[in-house]
Amino acid sequence: MTAPFELSDDSVVVVIGTGAGGGVLANELAQKGVKVVALEAGGRYLPEDYINDEWESFGQLAWLDPRTTSGDWRVAKDFSGLPAWIVKAVGGTTTHWAGASLRFQDHEWKAATTYGNVQGASLLDWPIDAEEMAPWYDLAEKKLNVTRTNGNPGLPGSNNYKVFAAGAKALGYENFHTGRMAINSTENHDRLMCQQTGFCFQGCKWGAKWSSAYTDIPEGEATGNLEVREKAHALRIEHGPDGKVNGVVYADADGNEHKQMARIVAVAGNSFESPRLLLNSASSMYPDGLSNSSGQVGRNYMRHLTGSVYGVFDKPVKMWRGTTMAGIMQDEAKHDPSRGFVGGYELETLSLGLPFMAAFLDPGAWGREFTSALDQYENMAGMWIVGEDMPQETNRVTLNHDVTDQFGMPVANVHYSDHANDRAMREHAYKQGQAMYDAVGATRTLPTPPYPSTHNLGTNRMSENPRDGVVNRWGQSHDIDNLFVSDGSQFTTGAAENPTLTIVALAIRQADHISRELSAGNL
Amino acid sequence: MTKTIAGPRGLTRRQLLARATAAGASFVVGAGYVAATDAAWATEMNAMKPDSFATLVQLARDIYPHDRIPDENYVVAVKGYDTPQEVDATEAGIEMLNAAARGRGYGSYLDIGWERDRVDLLRSIEDSDFFQKIRGGLVTGLYNQKAVWPIFGYEGESFSQGGYLYRGFDDIAWL
Ligand SMILES: Cc1cc2nc3c(=O)[nH]c(=O)nc-3n(C[C@H](O)[C@H](O)[C@H](O)COP(=O)(O)OP(=O)(O)OC[C@H]3O[C@@H](n4cnc5c(N)ncnc54)[C@H](O)[C@@H]3O)c2cc1C
Ligand code: SF4
Repeated sequence: MTAPFELSDDSVVVVIGTGAGGGVLANELAQKGVKVVALEAGGRYLPEDYINDEWESFGQLAWLDPRTTSGDWRVAKDFSGLPAWIVKAVGGTTTHWAGASLRFQDHEWKAATTYGNVQGASLLDWPIDAEEMAPWYDLAEKKLNVTRTNGNPGLPGSNNYKVFAAGAKALGYENFHTGRMAINSTENHDRLMCQQTGFCFQGCKWGAKWSSAYTDIPEGEATGNLEVREKAHALRIEHGPDGKVNGVVYADADGNEHKQMARIVAVAGNSFESPRLLLNSASSMYPDGLSNSSGQVGRNYMRHLTGSVYGVFDKPVKMWRGTTMAGIMQDEAKHDPSRGFVGGYELETLSLGLPFMAAFLDPGAWGREFTSALDQYENMAGMWIVGEDMPQETNRVTLNHDVTDQFGMPVANVHYSDHANDRAMREHAYKQGQAMYDAVGATRTLPTPPYPSTHNLGTNRMSENPRDGVVNRWGQSHDIDNLFVSDGSQFTTGAAENPTLTIVALAIRQADHISRELSAGNL
Repeated sequence: MTKTIAGPRGLTRRQLLARATAAGASFVVGAGYVAATDAAWATEMNAMKPDSFATLVQLARDIYPHDRIPDENYVVAVKGYDTPQEVDATEAGIEMLNAAARGRGYGSYLDIGWERDRVDLLRSIEDSDFFQKIRGGLVTGLYNQKAVWPIFGYEGESFSQGGYLYRGFDDIAWL
């Protein structure tokens, strides 16, 4: 039951993007009786459509519109046109995601205060803290039905996890388990339990993993208050003479342009498209783009310090069997500058299928050093490093006016260079990860470079002072009251944890704020 | 399965065909084209010179050498270059390889008997567009062939079999 709203209906909230941020915001608003039109650039795919095949699934779901890259990160060399691995579909990247759902540690909301002055980093404290976020995290964990919360059991340990756990134990680590996952460990919420198929990154065909595509979106649609317009690609946000935004111009599946009028616009296109949209909406009143009086739109792009370690053993592991992210080790997530860097990192098991392993193990490599590692694919175990990277003003999304997309709009250029802190942390994590596998008899370990970004954060950051960022504590533009940012781009800093639980918690909180402000007549 | 050892004379088209046949594909051999009855790569070789194609197959194996993968999978991986659009650039690249081989005292790339010596030559041209194009194409052209997955132990799709919940997701016994 979808609610068709008129293009001229200027009482609706327009949400751009239907992933972790936008999908949740749209549903939460709809549940509160607020009318919402969600514009989604991609099409709609449900569990029956997902494909247990890495490249075929990539072709079905990934965002493949052009982007460009610069900076000294290796992704710019190996995957110059593909800085991020994210999704263009109803549900956004929650179709691809692995489901690791972690709260920030308390001190991570106060990175500037905790870490002190780090040269070259544009660290800032969030304008909100752990205490304020705790009730919203509670709601987010309920919604995502996270394991090891709300009485849910943990998932059982897979082969890949068992190797990882044995290594962690051997090194004396204490904090490791099969993770807090937005994956059903029992049958509930009308969804099956995890069948350990091992294609979490390709969309869960069992619906065991939470994705807004088949939870929040249909729940919102069922209220009659939410219309999701798929294959509707937002091109620019427009405003009236009063400076407030009044609608969104989008292209439909046939490339025809329409303008959906709006009372409020919430941008949730992930951290490249959201700032790009604000920049592409420049006008004579806002010559530098919307909400950009601070000059901060697009800046402080963060992607988590990542990397992987694969261990080769003399006997089979078959890491691809079971959940893709099957466990976590958290002892290094603390802030302990004696290790030579500020902030911390998580180690999480990971597996790739053979086709992706060939593409990502050591991009560009060839010859027997490479193929003799792949030959041992069956005997490999794998883990992923997720650490806090330093925000830097110069790591940023800008418009590349030399390259345009299918609608003639300038594409996003993504510039990223590692901070010295990032390099020190990655080296530490490689060493610890390799030591874990060595401790259980690895015959060879492979410190693997970062993949195209899956966690994209910070390009419209939240700040107390309008001078320092783009949005306030509610994700509301410092410059334009009825413009909101609702995705990972509002992150002030990245913390060591996978971001989605926090994106979802912020979206639930933002929906509450918007509906209260609407009732109070403030918006 | 046959092994990939290019003899001192390299691979002639006839040898290539013989090896591929031994590897399980059945061939129809005619003048100027190579085709398999296997639907996966039943492509008429109508554009490329057979010797060039043999060189390309050897090049593919030298870039990503897997001794347990038979030639037919390398053939499939590079068959896309045997088109009117691709053939000129590809033949030019292969001529560059042969010229480099002649510069090192061999008759052609295929005349270089040891992988070590071929790899040494390839290191000197690895930044060329030709090499990078062939290498990049192989990443999916070779490793995304379902036929090679079992050689690596990879089991592929699992949904239709109910996942691994009751099929050994946690069956590791050696820890
Ligand atoms: C392989 C993989 C594994 C991951 N695993 C985890 C994990 O275990 N834990 C975790 O916390 N996170 C994980 N993530 C990250 C997680 O998916 C993202 O953090 C999250 O989905 C981001 O939410 P978002 O709302 O910012 O953007 P998205 O979920 O990416 O949604 C953005 C949506 O906006 C749409 N859009 C963009 N521009 C426009 C436009 N102009 N008009 C209309 N629509 C537009 C896009 O098509 C997309 O649907 C993973 C990501 C990947 C790729
Ligand atoms: S392993 Fe579990 S969560 Fe992942 S795709 Fe399969 S059923 Fe879904």
